[in-house]
Amino acid sequence: MHSWQPTATIETLRARAGILKKIHDFFYERGVLQVETPLLSHATVSDPYIDSMEVYFKKIGSLQETICYLQTSPEYAMKRLLAAESGAIYQVTKSFRQGEVGQLHNPEFTMLEWYRLDYDHHQLMDEMAELLCLIFNINSIDRMSYRHIFLKYLNTDPLISDCRELINCAKENNLQLNTYDSQKEENNKNFWLDVLFSHCIEPQLGLEKPIFIFDFPAAKAALAKIRDETPPVASRFEVYFKGIELANGFHELQDAKEQLRRFENDLMLRKQYQLRKVPIDQHLIAALTKGLPDCAGVALGIDRLVLLALGKKSIKEVISFSFEVA
Amino acid sequence: MGFYSTSEIRGGMKIIVDGDPCTILENEFVKPGKGQAFNRIKYRNLKTGRVVERTYKSGDNLEAADVAEVEAQYLYHDGDHWHFMATDTYEQYMMNEAQVADVKIWLKEQADCMLTLWNGAPLGVTPPNFVILKIIETDPGVRGDTSGGGGKPAKLETGAVVRVPLFVQQEELIKVDTRTGSYVSRAKE
Repeated sequence: MHSWQPTATIETLRARAGILKKIHDFFYERGVLQVETPLLSHATVSDPYIDSMEVYFKKIGSLQETICYLQTSPEYAMKRLLAAESGAIYQVTKSFRQGEVGQLHNPEFTMLEWYRLDYDHHQLMDEMAELLCLIFNINSIDRMSYRHIFLKYLNTDPLISDCRELINCAKENNLQLNTYDSQKEENNKNFWLDVLFSHCIEPQLGLEKPIFIFDFPAAKAALAKIRDETPPVASRFEVYFKGIELANGFHELQDAKEQLRRFENDLMLRKQYQLRKVPIDQHLIAALTKGLPDCAGVALGIDRLVLLALGKKSIKEVISFSFEVA
Repeated sequence: MGFYSTSEIRGGMKIIVDGDPCTILENEFVKPGKGQAFNRIKYRNLKTGRVVERTYKSGDNLEAADVAEVEAQYLYHDGDHWHFMATDTYEQYMMNEAQVADVKIWLKEQADCMLTLWNGAPLGVTPPNFVILKIIETDPGVRGDTSGGGGKPAKLETGAVVRVPLFVQQEELIKVDTRTGSYVSRAKE
């Protein structure tokens, strides 16, 4: 017989509903507008490390099929609302990521995303700290730059080290890597930063209380502003609690030309890695061209938030039906 | 013999790493929100017994190893080698001192064991979970002791030394858990 029971207990689902109510109250009290944006769209993210799920739309009576994508984050659509002068907005929505399944991943997951006008990433971290303190019932949150966290745990400067130094650092930390990969990625600095961060730093982050990591290397800017310092850094942050990545935020890039250039660079990398070609979201580029207000935005994984708040081990324990039995 | 993708790897599968056969213990998916996806794979080297964790990019291929487990009876020790016979095929296998080092103290002739074969040659042997062995040497017990408490060392016919309760005497048969090397109970033939 097929198992039909939910993967979360009803008690957990009650606690989850309580957390969601706190979140909605938090934004309602602050006058942040709740919005909804499409899950299904004609364009999708170009980031070579995020894969979208394709679905086919066919108008009844037509033989023509159109490729559409389940959104991996509501970011592009929310930025179009901001460009249309929505003011501060938030939403709690489903997002989909191709292939991501594991203890801390479900291909369909719930995301909280919000945007604040005239905030930079530090001001948004301040607000997020208030939300996290409320949900986790704690008093404060740590904050450290990407550069300092590398210096603290690995005694290596991620901004100025070259591949050779990062590879040596991995060796010194007894990190065993598939030989084929270490040879192939010998000159890919981003790869080595990811390896070191996710294996040697992340498991130690936020063991006592959550920690913000901010100011990423420019190559990891994604959709964040890059500040012209020496060396340049991206106004991006992430949040970790008990070794688990919880959120990612930006002081948002406003420059349409620069955004288009980054998308085109993503497409070039996709081609180089032999990944599927995706269309550039021209609606977003048009909105940025019209003008995105100065703002900061962040996306937070609700399932992981609930998991951490309730002390659970696996995503399936905090969602009604995990992918395997969905 | 083919390959497994990181997405197929699960506990118990046998792979070859750096020329050695290994058995998979765990496969953990690690993926930053924005960044490279990895599989952190933990395995035991079947030659050395060492447990190693190695990171693969998600989508990498791992070479499958032709490793099989067969039921076999332990026959005898000729001074250099330990001899076994597969229960199904009657095929005989021999293993050297190093290969049986950890388990030889549990091997009694005619015991039903599990042999691990790699490309048809034995890699290791697993003795039965429980064996019944005779005590060949132990101090006399202290009067009044019935069970539990203290205990004393007892040397068994295979050379193993286990802690037994004080009331257990020389020449008696005892049941031992080979996974922990601990006394379970007294036994009859």
